[in-house]
Amino acid sequence: METCNCVEPQWPAEELLMKYQYISDFFIALAYFSIPLELIYFVKKSAVFPYRWVLVQFGAFIVLCGATHLINLWTFTIHTRTVAIVMTIAKVLTAVVSCITALMLVHIIPDLLSVKTRELFLKNKAAELDREMGLIRTQEETGRHVRMLTHEIRSTLDRHTILKTTLVELGRTLALEECALWMPTRTGLELQLSYTLRPQNPVGYTVPIQLPVINQVFSSNRAVKISPNCPVARIRPFAGKYMPGEVVAVRVPLLHLSNFQINDWPELSTKRYALMVLMLPSDSARQWHAYELELVEVVADQVAVALSHAAILEESMRARDLLMERNVALDLARREAETAIRARNDFLAVMNHEMRTPMHAIIALSSLLQETGLTPEQRLMVETILKSSNLLATLINDVLDLSRLEDGSLQLDLGTFNLRAVFREVLNLIKPIASVKKLPVTLNLAPDLPEYAIGDEKRLMQTILNVVGNAVKFSKEGNISITAFVARPESLRDLRFPDFFPVPSDDHFYLRVQVKDEGLGINPQDIPKLFTKFAQNQSLATRNSGGSGLGLAICKRFVNLMEGHIWIESEGLGKGCTAIFVVKLAILECSNESKHPFMQKGPANHGQTTFSGLKVLVMDDNGVSRMVTKGLLVHLGCDVTTVSSSDECLRVVSLDHKVVFMDVCMPDGFEVAIRIHERFTKRHERPLIVALTGNANKVTKENCMKVGMDGVILKPVSVDKMRGVLSDLLEHRVLFEAM
Amino acid sequence: MDGVIQLQRQLVDYTASLFHEGFLDEQFNQLQQLQDENNPDFVVEVVSLFFEDSERLLNELAKALEQQCVDFKRIDAHVHQLKGSSSSIGAQRVQKACIAFRNYCDEQNTEGCLKCLQQVKHEYSLVKTKLETLFKLQRRVLAAGGSIPKPI
Repeated sequence: METCNCVEPQWPAEELLMKYQYISDFFIALAYFSIPLELIYFVKKSAVFPYRWVLVQFGAFIVLCGATHLINLWTFTIHTRTVAIVMTIAKVLTAVVSCITALMLVHIIPDLLSVKTRELFLKNKAAELDREMGLIRTQEETGRHVRMLTHEIRSTLDRHTILKTTLVELGRTLALEECALWMPTRTGLELQLSYTLRPQNPVGYTVPIQLPVINQVFSSNRAVKISPNCPVARIRPFAGKYMPGEVVAVRVPLLHLSNFQINDWPELSTKRYALMVLMLPSDSARQWHAYELELVEVVADQVAVALSHAAILEESMRARDLLMERNVALDLARREAETAIRARNDFLAVMNHEMRTPMHAIIALSSLLQETGLTPEQRLMVETILKSSNLLATLINDVLDLSRLEDGSLQLDLGTFNLRAVFREVLNLIKPIASVKKLPVTLNLAPDLPEYAIGDEKRLMQTILNVVGNAVKFSKEGNISITAFVARPESLRDLRFPDFFPVPSDDHFYLRVQVKDEGLGINPQDIPKLFTKFAQNQSLATRNSGGSGLGLAICKRFVNLMEGHIWIESEGLGKGCTAIFVVKLAILECSNESKHPFMQKGPANHGQTTFSGLKVLVMDDNGVSRMVTKGLLVHLGCDVTTVSSSDECLRVVSLDHKVVFMDVCMPDGFEVAIRIHERFTKRHERPLIVALTGNANKVTKENCMKVGMDGVILKPVSVDKMRGVLSDLLEHRVLFEAM
Repeated sequence: MDGVIQLQRQLVDYTASLFHEGFLDEQFNQLQQLQDENNPDFVVEVVSLFFEDSERLLNELAKALEQQCVDFKRIDAHVHQLKGSSSSIGAQRVQKACIAFRNYCDEQNTEGCLKCLQQVKHEYSLVKTKLETLFKLQRRVLAAGGSIPKPI
């Protein structure tokens, strides 16, 4: 027997165990070879498998294992050494690869496991995102609905439209069966069904507000699910078969204007709510989703805001309408007032002229009449006419003055005047009447009373005259004393009158005049009424004393204009009375007078009536005019020299002549004036130069002023005019422009 | 007595008529006022002076207008004088005629001036006659023992 390199198996091949092993090995090999094939097939199919090289490794391991088991088949029978060697190599390789693989797997399996966990994680994440997407989508849906709803609601400021639109849109968006709004009644004790979606529901149906379900809804700002059987929800006829749909209620705050503070928002201060009830369709098995509830809550808030806007708008429209009405009324009133004022002013203007003109004529002509030869009865008649007309003229002036005083348009005519002369004149005027009533009148002027002062002479005299006149009027017996002195600043301060603030100054002084009488006196209670116009003291004793009641009112206003104060003191009826007033006058500083030629003044000043011995020079080249002028002046008592040419005039004129009348139509009339000015430079020794002219134009007047004439008279000259001119020129020596 | 009163009434009426017809104006009244015990013939004196003056002026005017080359300046001066005199005594119509005369002078219209001169002469002679009658009446009243009533 040849020795073969065969290896003998340990067990005989025919043994049963061996047979089973042989079959198992075969199947193992088969399986082991098919697994990689499957793997390759499936991996090729799917492209994403990341661990390819692991597969390769695994495949190699399996293939080798398969090979090992396959080769093992040959070792059941006698086999050559080669087979044994191959078998060994295969086993060795298999051992190596499987060890490597085992080592690899230590790394790979955790990876594979984590892949699995990551996959799970991602799946969860995806589910979550899905959920969130769903949420966002629904929120966006909600937001869109709300925006649309808000837009609808806000696009109108009409309350009804707002509410109706809300219900309609909500109904549409949420596919509701019914949507209803319950508003609180005026009393606040009930809720009244105000708006519904379906018109067949009974509007006006009320429900008491104190129901527990309503309280529950009102106490929270969320939409609350309520039972379909509660009174607020039982408003529709139950049409479905099984179940009424779910009902949700939400409160709608009704904000009042006063609820809006500047810095905080109304939270719990609003007490009034309306109730909005929403019902899902019956038998729909729909449920209220959270986002739907949210939608409802947002809408409720929006409605509240829109309603408040509507309320604000209503308020402001009402206020604006009211304002417009008031404006129209005010405008009308203003126009009426303006018309009234205009009418009054027109009336006054007309009265002023129309009434004064005839009065002037009456007074002027009566006074002229007085100067003519009259029988005693005629004289008496004329004097009465004159007195009455003067009274009437005074009354007219008073009334007109008073209106002007009230207007504030009266201004004082300030001028220099002789203060003492004013008092003397008042005395002269009042003496006749006082002597008729046998009332002695005494005048006490303080020695320090200035001779001249600057103020409104006419109105001061009017005031004094009025006060003294009252004293005479209201006295039946007793002495009337007039005292005038300069008030010391200290004594002024002692007078505590609410609206009199004397301000002492260097160039002003306060004249204080007191008129005391021992007549009827006045009740102290009536004293304040004295100065109100048209109010008369109606006691019997005074009823017949005449007067219109204007006098003291006007005096008060004059005194006020002169920055003074007037008041009356009386101890009572029958105890006489003292009228006192204080006025502010300016002190006359020095002879700083300016001279202006004065234009024709009316027959006002009858100061001096004769000018006996007054030396006057008349220059006129017209014989007749010369003679007439001379005649005029001679009639007035002057010593007249006449010249007919300018040379003669310059020759004759001297300081003895007090006045020179010259006809300026003469060729060198003006020159003569200039020459006279040159010759006699000292102002108060120069003769006064007066121009006589027939032209009343501005040019002539201006020329006269230019050469320094002291006056201009228009020919023809009447006796009175000449008299007035002379007395003005001489007495004042200072001429102010006549107003 | 009756006669005096009648004469006086006649005088008053006549004076009134002069005023009414516009021969005399207010200025004449003024003149009459100036007449008193110291100046008993004031008015007559003034009026006589007026007559003299006016006649002289009218002659001058006539001469000036006959010239070849009319000197309107001189004519204006004369008319001015005449106007002044007539207004001084209150001869209203003469004065008005003088005013018209001056207008033509300004226009240097010889024809117009001549016409106006005629007018002035006419008015002057009228007023002269009237005043002379008035004075005669006054003298008669005075002679009869009455007094001339002062103007109203």
